[in-house]
Amino acid sequence: MSEPALTSAAAARGPLAMEAISLSKDFRIGRRRTLHAVRDVSFSLYRGAVVALVGESGSGKSTAARLLAGQERLTSGAIRLDGKPVEMSSRRAFRRYKSEVQLVFQDPFSSLNPIHTVRYHLERPVRLHQGRDADAGQEVASLMEQVRLTPAQHFLAKYPHELSGGQRQRVSFARALAARPRVLLADEPVSMLDVSIRLEMLSLLDDLRQRFRLAMLYITHDIASARYFADEVLVMYAGEIVERGPAEEVTQTPAHPYTQLLVASAPDPDNLGSVLRGGGRRRGPAAASVRPQNPDGSATQGCPFSPRCPLADDRCRREDPALVQISATRGAACWHLDVAAPELASAPRGGGDTTTR
Amino acid sequence: MSTDPADDRGTGLADGRALNRATHRAAGAATGPVAGPSPARAAAPSSDPVLDIRDLSIVYRTPAGDVRAVDHVNLALAAGEVVGLAGESGSGKSTLAYGACRLLRAPALVTNGSVTYHGRRMSRPADLLRMQPDELRRLRWREIAIVVQSAMNALNPVLRVRDQLLDVIHAHLKMSRDEARERAGSLLDLVGIPRSRLRSYPHELSGGMRQRVMIAMALATEPEIIIMDEPTTALDVVVQRDILAQIVELKDSLGFSILFITHDLSLLLELADRIAVMYAGQFVEIATSDEIHREAAHPYTKGLLNSFPSLRGPRRELAGIPGSPPDLRNPAPGCPFVPRCGYARPACRDVDMQLLPVATSRDPDHATACPFVLPDTSVEPVPSVASGSPAGEPGT
Repeated sequence: MSEPALTSAAAARGPLAMEAISLSKDFRIGRRRTLHAVRDVSFSLYRGAVVALVGESGSGKSTAARLLAGQERLTSGAIRLDGKPVEMSSRRAFRRYKSEVQLVFQDPFSSLNPIHTVRYHLERPVRLHQGRDADAGQEVASLMEQVRLTPAQHFLAKYPHELSGGQRQRVSFARALAARPRVLLADEPVSMLDVSIRLEMLSLLDDLRQRFRLAMLYITHDIASARYFADEVLVMYAGEIVERGPAEEVTQTPAHPYTQLLVASAPDPDNLGSVLRGGGRRRGPAAASVRPQNPDGSATQGCPFSPRCPLADDRCRREDPALVQISATRGAACWHLDVAAPELASAPRGGGDTTTR
Repeated sequence: MSTDPADDRGTGLADGRALNRATHRAAGAATGPVAGPSPARAAAPSSDPVLDIRDLSIVYRTPAGDVRAVDHVNLALAAGEVVGLAGESGSGKSTLAYGACRLLRAPALVTNGSVTYHGRRMSRPADLLRMQPDELRRLRWREIAIVVQSAMNALNPVLRVRDQLLDVIHAHLKMSRDEARERAGSLLDLVGIPRSRLRSYPHELSGGMRQRVMIAMALATEPEIIIMDEPTTALDVVVQRDILAQIVELKDSLGFSILFITHDLSLLLELADRIAVMYAGQFVEIATSDEIHREAAHPYTKGLLNSFPSLRGPRRELAGIPGSPPDLRNPAPGCPFVPRCGYARPACRDVDMQLLPVATSRDPDHATACPFVLPDTSVEPVPSVASGSPAGEPGT
């Protein structure tokens, strides 16, 4: 299977840092059943660019991040870092890999150890990744400066329970940066935080991205934040990428019926009361049934979205569509793009330039 | 029930504040009611509020002093109305709702105020805060039900859905076994879950289904008020929208009122009839959703409105609200939002946090606690966030 011919919208930002090539991950559930958590997912991360992975819970986006972080074994596929295949067989190789690729977790309440201070949380990765002779104190202070936990002295001796959610997440960011990574995988970094501080944290992440030229994977279920924060958006459904493209294009003119449903479902204060207060049921082009019939996404046949899709026909239930190129930077996996997004599909499809996922 | 705004509750307190408030309310009555009992809204079928919270104060007793979690709050909920309570975590919105139903335990303590409930099934208004425990037990859930955020924790993991529904039904309604079983089934029909799920355990349901079961349980006794405490926060947007649409549908057909607690103001703008914005235990602004959206008066409300990225329309400059909420143990005098406010000025330290009507508003009940930044005053905010917008776009 080849890397999609499609160019990533994030590519303009900087050199290629990491490639995920046809990643797949199966989980065995019970004796007979297999859950395909991630199916044939390919994308690339570029220095200084943000790629957002958007999808509902259970769509496999966190599993994808864990695969990239080396915390899960690939069922098939490959990961390349700076063009070289990633090798994690030995402890040392794994550690070297981890110093390049760091993961920030969603929940700052459980990702920090309650019995250790901020100093411990930051000194340890500094020593681990930069050697014992590194000036840990100096390094920790500068890390805390970077994530704006200042004055550093004030926070060093504090325990996680003494910090607010935002401050804890800052510690998580600092901990991830302690390894001086090139790739930062942020798994819903702000979704546990209050709305009022989410923005501040996202702009902090953005700031860090620029300053350290981080290649960032931003995982979220909030497609609106992806619009503002990311260069490229990948929409995941049941383990597959169903649409990808520049953030603004995907959010403004979604092509795939699932993306359309996702966009239509986001709270929209500028369209006050149109649906909810009016007592009406639904809006938008995709009047899709929103009750998943197969919540674990384990449908083995056909398009994974077909049970919920208003456009689904026999072909959709039989064959899984491949990612079709819509433009140089956009693609969507749907048999009925001509109906779902006629204005997009009318453009030439790239003459059989369909790519596999 | 008494709707006299100059009701003398709280005047017995040594605290001069309460007195101020009472007089303020009296003054407000002359020019049009302010934050107290609201007159009938066009959408509300009845003029009498079902739930009338007056001058409620709740503290958490700690060795280091009282934390003023809710500070002299007035809120009226009309029949069939959806009132949204918005605010950050720690702003006191849940404490207010739970305190009003006397669901808080020590160290929480209600220090002031009254909560009057007057439902259709009640012969006379009842003061929840002064009720006998057995009366209260009959009233809770029968009249006022709650849907909590974490359905997984709220449901009993070792009981089937049916048994949990039957528990509620038998506890509050006189019904035979067969009737109750039939009712349990019809409740699931109501929230769109197949009856076969009656035999399921909570862990066998998806997050959305569990939340629907919670809603079914809340509906079991046909309560007049449902308090919803972040009922969809843990769910993703598609399921969230579906559940909210269902709640609105059920509300329209069954006619209950909703007190909806969330930190997501964008959700409330779509869902609620009126929105009360809470900060540091006090209401800083209250108005209809349209007014909040069109003409928010308080800097904190404006900050909240600017905190979420919009999916549609042109990309806006986003600001967020820098800083964190104040320590409520030793609140500084004046407006609690001063340290984070872009419009702050020295006079803010002397503000007595009263809700004043916003003269320019289309909503006669629109009130804000900020006397300075009303829409007609052209004060430029002091820029407080360096560059708020997470810039990361290659063109628009």
